Amino acid sequence: QVALLDIDICGPSIPKMMGLEGEQVHQSGSGWSPVYVEENLGVMSVGFLLSSPDDAVIWRGPKKNGLIKQFLRDVDWGEIDYLIVDTPPGTSDEHLSIVQYLSAAHIDGAVIITTPQEVSLQDVRKEINFCHKVKLPIIGVVENMSGFICPKCKNESQIFPPTTGGAEKMCQNLNVSLLGKVPLDPQIGRSCDKGQSFLSEAPESPATSSYRNIIQRIQEYCDQHHFQEEKII
Amino acid sequence: ERSNLAGVRHILLVLSGKGGVGKSTISTELALSLRHSGKKVGILDVDLCGPSIPRMFRVQDNDVHQCDSGWVPVFVDQDKSISLMSIGFLLEKPDDAVVWRGPKKNALIKQFVADVAWGDLDFLIVDTPPGTSDEHISTVEALRPYKPLGAILVTTPQAVSVGDVRRELTFCKKMGLRVLGIVENMSGFVCPHCSECTNIFSKGGGEELAKHAGVPFLGCVPLDPQLSQSLEEGRDFIQEFPKSSAFPALAHIAQQILDGMSQRSS
Repeated sequence: QVALLDIDICGPSIPKMMGLEGEQVHQSGSGWSPVYVEENLGVMSVGFLLSSPDDAVIWRGPKKNGLIKQFLRDVDWGEIDYLIVDTPPGTSDEHLSIVQYLSAAHIDGAVIITTPQEVSLQDVRKEINFCHKVKLPIIGVVENMSGFICPKCKNESQIFPPTTGGAEKMCQNLNVSLLGKVPLDPQIGRSCDKGQSFLSEAPESPATSSYRNIIQRIQEYCDQHHFQEEKII
Repeated sequence: ERSNLAGVRHILLVLSGKGGVGKSTISTELALSLRHSGKKVGILDVDLCGPSIPRMFRVQDNDVHQCDSGWVPVFVDQDKSISLMSIGFLLEKPDDAVVWRGPKKNALIKQFVADVAWGDLDFLIVDTPPGTSDEHISTVEALRPYKPLGAILVTTPQAVSVGDVRRELTFCKKMGLRVLGIVENMSGFVCPHCSECTNIFSKGGGEELAKHAGVPFLGCVPLDPQLSQSLEEGRDFIQEFPKSSAFPALAHIAQQILDGMSQRSS
């Protein structure tokens, strides 16, 4: 049973990617109802509260924090195995607030996404520092857009060159796990735009096996973590 | 008392609703193109959490000095034709995270707008983080008295990116900021081995959006590993790779800005 919470208030991409554009949130006695993609996958995003795709959410920090609090307090998720929280880029209000508001619930950890080049790693090192500062465990790093294989000649190109060693070197230096690398596949963008599951549409893609391996490692981390928690209790 | 922006002829903001589309890249390349046309350019980097501009000019280790009128911007070379200001120069260590809530970010942005001694510039390019929040509201409000020329919006071709940039267009409208045009970045990749062009991030979304919103479409910039490499190494792409696939697109964007200037003055 999975819940996906999109706290990118200014740029909510999740509804489109899940094929849920245009859906609205319903209220009931027990709170806000998530929008369900499948019976066991519920989604919440500010995107569902906007009436037009042109609507901009031009809010300063405190108002964004208020909505995040509401999402956590008022959405009736039911019993869930995994709550996944998608965040905007940065180390600011949304990030501080989500960590603060979820502290009582105990966050398993963070998965940090980067692309191979230094201009991305530069920011991701800051994100890793943020996690250390707020005592958020790091499950690991994913190197996205890691190489492209030409569909015609099958040669590989590094479109975002890992001039400083990519995520691999950074993870070694900072002692965090590299969960995996996902190559560029034009089908990913297309599936997201259509709101279809890339994993179902392109089961043979190398990107699909990368995603699946990464997901498995995350699940293993969470299972281990849960086990350790039970031992403590 | 003369304001620090009194000598700046034109102010341009580079915006996007979406992260990772290449705002800082476009800001950098636009500055380099304008310099090659003989202009004096400054870049104000108001991305406080992820300041990318210093490294793109290979000056990430520089410090910022004070003078009577405020902060001296960092010059990228002897000619002093490009100057920069970024929180990147103020960090003790490059990996230090700036974990600030809105009010603290707003205070620094106000300082950045008022207290940098830019001197005389033809163009001040303001590079922003993704979104429509504190940084954007504060920057536009602080710049309002200086009548910015307008904003360039950067997107990648696919719908997920365009979706966020539509919201950025609404932001511009609500804030009274003119939209100079839309740039579609990462628009196609030409394989260096066989020259086959693949639309890795789909195609056409930027141009469609421009049409739908009634704003100029400034052009498509393709994915070019030579460009990525230049940026990684803080080199002058415009000078070194005039034959690259991205060069004509970037030069054309700069030319349209300059043409827009001469139209406005006549």
